[in-house]
Amino acid sequence: MALDKNGIAKRIAQELRDGFYVNLGIGIPTLVANYIPEGMEVVLQSENGLLGIGPFPLAGEEDPDLINAGKQTITYTKGAAFFDSSTSFAMIRGGHIDLTVLGAFEVSDQGDIASWKIPGKMVKGMGGAMDLVASAKNIIVAMTHTDPKGNSKLLPQCSLPLTGVGCVKKIVTDLAVLEVTPEGFLLLERAPGVSVEEIVQKTAGKLIVPDEAPEMKI
Amino acid sequence: MKKVFPDAMAALAGITDNLTLMVGGFGLCGIPENCISALVQMGVKGLTCISNNAGVDNFGLGLLLRNRQIKKMISSYVGENAEFERQLLAGELEVDLIPQGTLAERCRAGGAGIPAFYVPAGYGTEVAGGKEVREFDGKMYLLEHALTADFALVKAWKGDTHGNLIYRHTANNFNHAMAMAGKITIAEVEHLVPAGELNPNEIHTPGIFVQRIFQSVNLEKRIEFVTTRQA
Repeated sequence: MALDKNGIAKRIAQELRDGFYVNLGIGIPTLVANYIPEGMEVVLQSENGLLGIGPFPLAGEEDPDLINAGKQTITYTKGAAFFDSSTSFAMIRGGHIDLTVLGAFEVSDQGDIASWKIPGKMVKGMGGAMDLVASAKNIIVAMTHTDPKGNSKLLPQCSLPLTGVGCVKKIVTDLAVLEVTPEGFLLLERAPGVSVEEIVQKTAGKLIVPDEAPEMKI
Repeated sequence: MKKVFPDAMAALAGITDNLTLMVGGFGLCGIPENCISALVQMGVKGLTCISNNAGVDNFGLGLLLRNRQIKKMISSYVGENAEFERQLLAGELEVDLIPQGTLAERCRAGGAGIPAFYVPAGYGTEVAGGKEVREFDGKMYLLEHALTADFALVKAWKGDTHGNLIYRHTANNFNHAMAMAGKITIAEVEHLVPAGELNPNEIHTPGIFVQRIFQSVNLEKRIEFVTTRQA
C-alpha cells in the first residue's frame, strides 16, 4: 500500500544521524521532526534565523518574535541559537547543513528539481528554496510519486521552471525510495505491498530496477 | 552624537517620493511598524521597497501597497497578500524576486563595501537570466551585485543612544544586514536606553551602522500564523 504523508516522513527520519543539522521545508518535510528517533540529537534549522526549532507553543504562550520559515509560531530547544538572515544562509551556502528535506512538483532523472512556480498561477517567489538546493550536501525530496491526475512527477526532464539543477540525491515518495545516479533513478526500496511493476509504470524518467528492491521497514 | 529622535515622523524626515527603502522583517516578525505607519501618513509615493516579504493586506508593507505608495518590490516571497497579487496582475506593480539567501547577502555586501559576489543559488534557473556565470572548482556560480538603499528602516528589541542594537529571537532576520546597507539607517526599538546600559558583548548591530534611532510606541506585533500544540 502506498504510504501516507506520515509514512513518507517516518521513512525520511531513518536518514537522520546523531548530531545532524537539518533544514526541513514546508509540508511533508516538516512532519519528519515528529519521528526523530529516541535518544538521537538532531538540530533543526529555520532559515529565518534559528538553530534548534522546538515544538509548537502551548496556547497562550505564542511569541510574535519567535516564528519558523513558514511564519508559524514555534518554540526553541535547549542549546538553540538565533542569528540574522545573512548568517543563516552562510550556514546553508557554506555547506554546514547536513541534510535538507524539501517538497517538489517534479524531479528529473538528472536530479533537477522544480518546486517554486507554476506558470499561469500567482508567482509567490522562491523564498530560500533556490539557496538550499544549490548548496546542500545532501538533499532528499519528499513528494507523492504522481500528481492528483496520476501523472508521474519523476520525469526525464522537468516541465516546470527549475529551482535547481543536478542537486537532488534521494527521493522518498509514497511508493518508493530512489537514488539519483548518473544513469537515472535507482530504485532502492518499495513501500510495503507496492510492486516493482507499479513503480515502473508510474516513473516517467529513466528507472534502474536492481535485482533486489526490498520493502521499506517503517 | 545626536542620533535620538522623538518619534517615527521626526526620524523619517528627508524620505521623499521615488526613493529606495530597505525594510527589515520576515513576514510580520521584526518589521518596523512605526516607520511603516509614518510612511503611510507622509504619503510618499513611487517607492522601491527591498524587503523579504510584502506584508499582509492590512498590515506591514501591505498598508503601503493599499495606498499605492510602492512602485517596485524586491523580495524573495510575497504570497500572503491579495492586494499585492491584484496590482501585480494589473501591471501596476513591478516585482523582482530574488532567492532569499542571495537577497540577504546582497544587502550585507552593500553595507560591507563588496560590489558583487558569486553564489550558486539560481544557476540553471530563470533567476540566472543575464547574469555572468563562472565556474569554481567544477561548480557553477552566478555573479550577484550588492544592494544599498537611500534609507534602511529596521526594528530592534533594545537600542542605545549610540545606535547599538540588540534583537530578540527570530526578529533579527533581515534587520541586521539592512541596517548595514542603508545610506541612512533608521532604527525603531522597543527599549531605548542611554549609552552604557547595554552590554557591549551582546550588541548585534554596532551603532556605526545606525544614523537615527527612536523608541517604538503602540506596537501591535501581529502574528501571521498562530500555531499551537495540545497540552
